[in-house]
Amino acid sequence: MGKIFFWGLAIACFLATAVFTAPGPGLAAEKPFTFGLLLVGPYNDHGWSQAHFDGGKYVEEKVPGTKMIYIDKVNPADRAGVTIPQLVDDMVEKGAKLIIANSDDMKDGTREAALQHPEVHFVHISGDGVLTGKAPKNLSNLMGRMEYGKMMAGFVAAMTTKTGKIGYLGPLINEETRRLSASAFLGARYAWEKVLKKNARDLKFQVTWIGFWFNIPGVTADPTQVVQNFFNTGYDVVISGIDTTEAVVVARQKKKQGKNIWAIPYDYLGACQGAPDVCLGVPYFNWGPGYVKFIKAAMSGNWKSEWDWLGPDWKDINNPDTSTVGFAPGPALSVSANKALDAFIRDLGNGKINLFKGPLNYQDGKPFLKAGQTASDQQIWYMEQLLEGMSGQSSAK
Amino acid sequence: MPTYLRQTRQVAITLFAVFFFTSLILLISGAPPLSAYYHILRGSLGSWNKISHVIKGWIPLTLCGCGLLFTFRIGLWNIGVEGQVMMGAVFSTALLRLGLQSQSPGLFLAMSLAAGVLGGAAWAVIAGFLKTKGDVNEIFAGLGLNFVAQGIILWLIFGPWRRPGVASMSGTETFPVALWLPKLSSLRLSPPALVIVIVALIATGLLLRYTRIGLNLKAIGNNPNAAFLFGLKPGRYMIVAMVFAGGFAGLAGSLQVSGVYHRLLPAISSNYGYLALLVVMLCNYNIWLVPLVAFFFACLNVGSIQLPMVLQLDSSLAGVIQGALVLAILGVYAWRQQNRRAQSAESIGHRA
Repeated sequence: MGKIFFWGLAIACFLATAVFTAPGPGLAAEKPFTFGLLLVGPYNDHGWSQAHFDGGKYVEEKVPGTKMIYIDKVNPADRAGVTIPQLVDDMVEKGAKLIIANSDDMKDGTREAALQHPEVHFVHISGDGVLTGKAPKNLSNLMGRMEYGKMMAGFVAAMTTKTGKIGYLGPLINEETRRLSASAFLGARYAWEKVLKKNARDLKFQVTWIGFWFNIPGVTADPTQVVQNFFNTGYDVVISGIDTTEAVVVARQKKKQGKNIWAIPYDYLGACQGAPDVCLGVPYFNWGPGYVKFIKAAMSGNWKSEWDWLGPDWKDINNPDTSTVGFAPGPALSVSANKALDAFIRDLGNGKINLFKGPLNYQDGKPFLKAGQTASDQQIWYMEQLLEGMSGQSSAK
Repeated sequence: MPTYLRQTRQVAITLFAVFFFTSLILLISGAPPLSAYYHILRGSLGSWNKISHVIKGWIPLTLCGCGLLFTFRIGLWNIGVEGQVMMGAVFSTALLRLGLQSQSPGLFLAMSLAAGVLGGAAWAVIAGFLKTKGDVNEIFAGLGLNFVAQGIILWLIFGPWRRPGVASMSGTETFPVALWLPKLSSLRLSPPALVIVIVALIATGLLLRYTRIGLNLKAIGNNPNAAFLFGLKPGRYMIVAMVFAGGFAGLAGSLQVSGVYHRLLPAISSNYGYLALLVVMLCNYNIWLVPLVAFFFACLNVGSIQLPMVLQLDSSLAGVIQGALVLAILGVYAWRQQNRRAQSAESIGHRA
């Protein structure tokens, strides 16, 4: 009996306090415009999620009267039992008028939440809900044209490799990851054939997938082991396609053991920090400008449901105010390779080089682009397979 | 000392221990304890939406708790409850997949619940047979089967049930809304799920208290050797207890699929099974406490999301607080047992 009494009492106290502390009518005037950020990984992961977190900070700085709230590690492995609609409800109660969901994995949850909160605006990063017509009017999609960043990554990888073997540490397999790894391959093949004048058959480009955006012990393959395996089998440059920093971390260890190897991280401008001897550079997202655009639209009442695929600012791909995609050359990149990279970027920008131009075949030999044909945005977005010349799985077996 | 005074003292000591431990941890991690408690409270019960999310977690916890009462009653440690939740989810997903093209989704929803019960029960019976026929301790069998169940889920998600063109551990394709458990969307609640839990609670209470099964489970649990003398077969009743435990756990897994996530994902069981073990132990196996304590844990689960959101604390702290809570309560419990033993030893000494 005593226990029933105890727990009853405990819960009664709990309820009573909750009632007393329930939010009263707040001060409506001079309230900031609150926007919420749902991050799939830790806010300080030196990768995908930190780039988004910094984008939010940028908005707070550049758009007066805005305030960010965020919650990180939004994935079922880290937060068992927590769902996207639940977090959105909470953010809306805290006053959020616009919510940014930063993972492909949040697609369905974000749509469900958007339907439940028609008065709140939503931006789903990397999704295609607007393209497929599944998104309600208050939901938009935003992505950066990382294809260019990945081409640059592939380019410097091929300029640097001594063995001609490049490893690509892939996350899970979907349309986004196929087009990004294919872009890296196209950049590498261009450098190999056109700049170094070597035979394409001597370039090995292997993609190995771990099964998710980051390591989940017991669920995904361990990215640390995948990278070690690359370096132990003659691959001397690893390009990371995952949200976190394993490629650079392992590369540093191997370098200390005397191996001549390099790595290219992903997503976050500061990802080369602490790895000056192995980091060739990083293709990164600069979410600030894209965020600002959507938040200003929501604040001014000019919201439109859009599918936005923002590219680099070719005048200066590293301009924090205008360029959504950038490439920061790393300390380990040689002077000559850096010079070639500058020319490559210039030619990409002025349209002299278009790597998504036929003839290009899919991995199994099926034509992707006919000779002379350039790919449309939709063709690139929805690539069905990896490209001919790449090794690794194109989809699940 | 009068009984009520002693009980009040006990409650006070337990509460004190709980707050002492958790405050200590909060202080060590540099968080103001009072505002942390306040935010957990507000974050779990501060609005109807939040309460409904608490109830969403309370449902599987209570269901698993009901099931575990049967196995604890007969003295079995059904650690395999987590895997039983998973298999319930797997069987349900299989049924719902069959219903994808169907014109009568309601029928398949109902069948998926039944399949969940079946899946959980079947998984539990394996552990039961290993115990009764193979003499394998149910703890080891259960743990092993949990790993196997997790493996099956991963294989299904990455293999036969993968989304077209995609290889991702994030989960299977989301079911169309017709195959979701009906939900009052303004309240974020699913009335059928709520009804199921309440029926489960009442049924468990009645079965354990007023039926022969309940009585026999208790008799065997208290003294398996004596049970033989009364012509009871412990092995058979162990299987019965496992069927109930697995069935309820499987139902919880089924509701996770059709009512919460609407797809199968690796973390579908969300550790509710393991958490329910704690709940039932803290309740001292008293059924009427199970929903209350489960509610408390569900509050903690939902409310603790405020720690990173408002106080910028590392979110793993919520787990640490939960652990401290359990430790504190178990600590007081152990201390009480020791006291009781010392007292009875003393009184024996007096008599002599």
